[in-house]
Amino acid sequence: MENYITLTIDNREVTVPEGTSILQAAHKAKVNIPTLCYHEDLCVAGNCRICVVEVEGSRTLTASCSTPASNGMVIHTSSPVVRNARKDIIALLVSEHNTQCTTCYRSLNCELQSLAAEYNVDNTRYLSVLKPNIQVDRSSWSIEKDDSKCVRCQRCVRTCSELQHVNAITVAHKGKDMKISTFMDLPLNEVVCVNCGQCVIHCPTGALTERRYYDDIWEAIGDPNKHVVINTAPSVRVALGETLDYPPGQRVTGKMVAAMKKLGFDSVLDTDFTADLTIMEEGSELLLRLKKAFRDKENVALPMISSCSPGWVKYIEHMYPEHLDNLSTCKSPQQMFGTLAKTYYAHKIGVKPEDIVSVSVMPCAAKKYEANRPEMKASGFQDIDAGLTTRELGRMIRQAGIDFGKLEDEKFDSMMGDSSGAAVLFGATGGVMEAALRTVYEIVTGRPVPFKNLNIMAARGLEKIKETSILLKGCKPEWDFLEGVELRVAVAHGLKNARTIMEQIKRNESPYHFIEIMACPGGCIGGGGQPIPTNDAIRKKRIAAIYAEDEGKEIRKSHENPEIVQIYKDFLPEGPLGKKSHKLLHTHYTKRNRY
Amino acid sequence: MTLVESTVTELTLKYGKERRQLLPILRGVYEKFHYLSDESMVEVARQLDISSAEVFGKATFYSFLSGSPQGEFVIRICKTIVCDMKNKKLIVDTLENLLKIKMGQTTHNRKFSLCYTNCLGLCHKAPAMLINNEAYTDLTPDKVRQIITSYKNR
Repeated sequence: MENYITLTIDNREVTVPEGTSILQAAHKAKVNIPTLCYHEDLCVAGNCRICVVEVEGSRTLTASCSTPASNGMVIHTSSPVVRNARKDIIALLVSEHNTQCTTCYRSLNCELQSLAAEYNVDNTRYLSVLKPNIQVDRSSWSIEKDDSKCVRCQRCVRTCSELQHVNAITVAHKGKDMKISTFMDLPLNEVVCVNCGQCVIHCPTGALTERRYYDDIWEAIGDPNKHVVINTAPSVRVALGETLDYPPGQRVTGKMVAAMKKLGFDSVLDTDFTADLTIMEEGSELLLRLKKAFRDKENVALPMISSCSPGWVKYIEHMYPEHLDNLSTCKSPQQMFGTLAKTYYAHKIGVKPEDIVSVSVMPCAAKKYEANRPEMKASGFQDIDAGLTTRELGRMIRQAGIDFGKLEDEKFDSMMGDSSGAAVLFGATGGVMEAALRTVYEIVTGRPVPFKNLNIMAARGLEKIKETSILLKGCKPEWDFLEGVELRVAVAHGLKNARTIMEQIKRNESPYHFIEIMACPGGCIGGGGQPIPTNDAIRKKRIAAIYAEDEGKEIRKSHENPEIVQIYKDFLPEGPLGKKSHKLLHTHYTKRNRY
Repeated sequence: MTLVESTVTELTLKYGKERRQLLPILRGVYEKFHYLSDESMVEVARQLDISSAEVFGKATFYSFLSGSPQGEFVIRICKTIVCDMKNKKLIVDTLENLLKIKMGQTTHNRKFSLCYTNCLGLCHKAPAMLINNEAYTDLTPDKVRQIITSYKNR
């Protein structure tokens, strides 16, 4: 039984369960209290003091995020004393801040900027005490760290620790010298950072941003000798709208394609095509491993774990290098796309691969790093020339002055532009699993998965770790060794949950055959390259949009995508896991340091 | 096994490997080497199975742990106002003269380091200083000379 308490906030009575913070109670009373260090995804820190309120009978102001509401409290959230205190706090933060908002990437999407504007903060109240000569860390392919814009709210540190359990960054030193630092303040590319970019989408200011490559893309588009190909990840189409004034969860697939054509890309293709291809390769790889385990009684690494998420891949390389065999050897859809763009596609359209610039738009910061991995040159060239985030594409559309809302829907160009509903699912946690099961079950039994409308509900949602099993019955003769086998699968999102899964594998207690892991909470829809803010309410809306997109597709299984059938006929005649596939579509991993 | 590895192993055997033992272990490492090297912080991280950044963060927070080599005896002089009024300047001059180093430096034989510290809470007996964990109060140049001589002979 929960106990309830009643308090008064700005003359409004509100009843909440005991233990509710004043901030949450105010939220319930529809009273808005400004915050900065507070984030729905993270534990309370209470270090910025922006959320102070006046509690009658209390000598000092109270931080509402970290103080539990109590019965009979009378609270004022916007009295002059509160407003003045907030104004002072903001002015102090501004006095330490690199206020070059005119050139800041986060300008107009910065929490400090909007607070300062909202409270009409006078910039001359305090002298600027910005430390001179702060160097921006641009060592990483994915993330830029600019301490001159840091407000030391520690949201990034809590993200890296609580959500991802990576702890690449920490709070170092104290007092006025306190800063967010890596071990020994080493450059980001030399520490255990997995480039997931979660710190970026949790940063209130421009202190942590993705490394931006759109200027290079403009150059390539402007170069008449270059054939610029762009491909977009499944989760971009359900989030891009947010950067262009649409509400969360709005699907903008057709408009997005139209906008990219307007930007001047020579060909607008879909990563979803290679997502389907991934399912073909990864599904076949799973079946091969099962065959070795069940029929040939060979020692084979099971469970097999998905390898689509480059943040996750770098994480396992750092944290569990002894289990790299469990990782599928399939490249991610982005990298499969890159390789094929400079081989299959180049050949078909008669353009030299060196003249092709392949660009991908991803919900992700780690994809930038992945594109620059030394082993990702199977085509003989760098397979993916640049990986943009959803935010960068939104920025390019704005730069071009395109009136996004007025665009007519257009379709992806053909050849590597068609996709199934299964491929779209990659955008949400559980999607790779669902897509894989739709194909694998059908390969083995010849029948569609036994779920209503093909929807595997057990793989969906934001639960930390989802598990389900599917009984293989009535197998085709060539798969008879799987008859009666209960295929056990699990899905984890966010690296903290991945760690739980991996510890289970380490103890040799993992009951699963196949596991999907995505580095970011919610999967790609919550990726480090997605629009800011991202929280659970927004994640759910984007996820709903993903499932709507799947249901709206005529073809909903990867193996039925006609372009997939075509590519195996024309280009990969040995089928999945053939020699050519191995050379172009599969990869290997690197053991890295854990500490 | 290197000296760092064996030192940290001894400490983890003594204190255990839980996260909350980080501080006693760091103190132990510091007492042995008179500073925390990168190598020792990584070793502590490895043995406690936490991130090295986390160890670095904690190590840099505490004034009594240092990331750069310190002397066997660290002399900390109170920098706050009461000691100032009681002629701290003279004490600092005497120390710098005796040891032939400036504030913030360490002697070549790695015996002494000189630095400032925040209030020691000994204002009623100012000026005051700490040598490692020992407090010395009501300091005069003569007294300082005696104290340093006794430490030089240790």
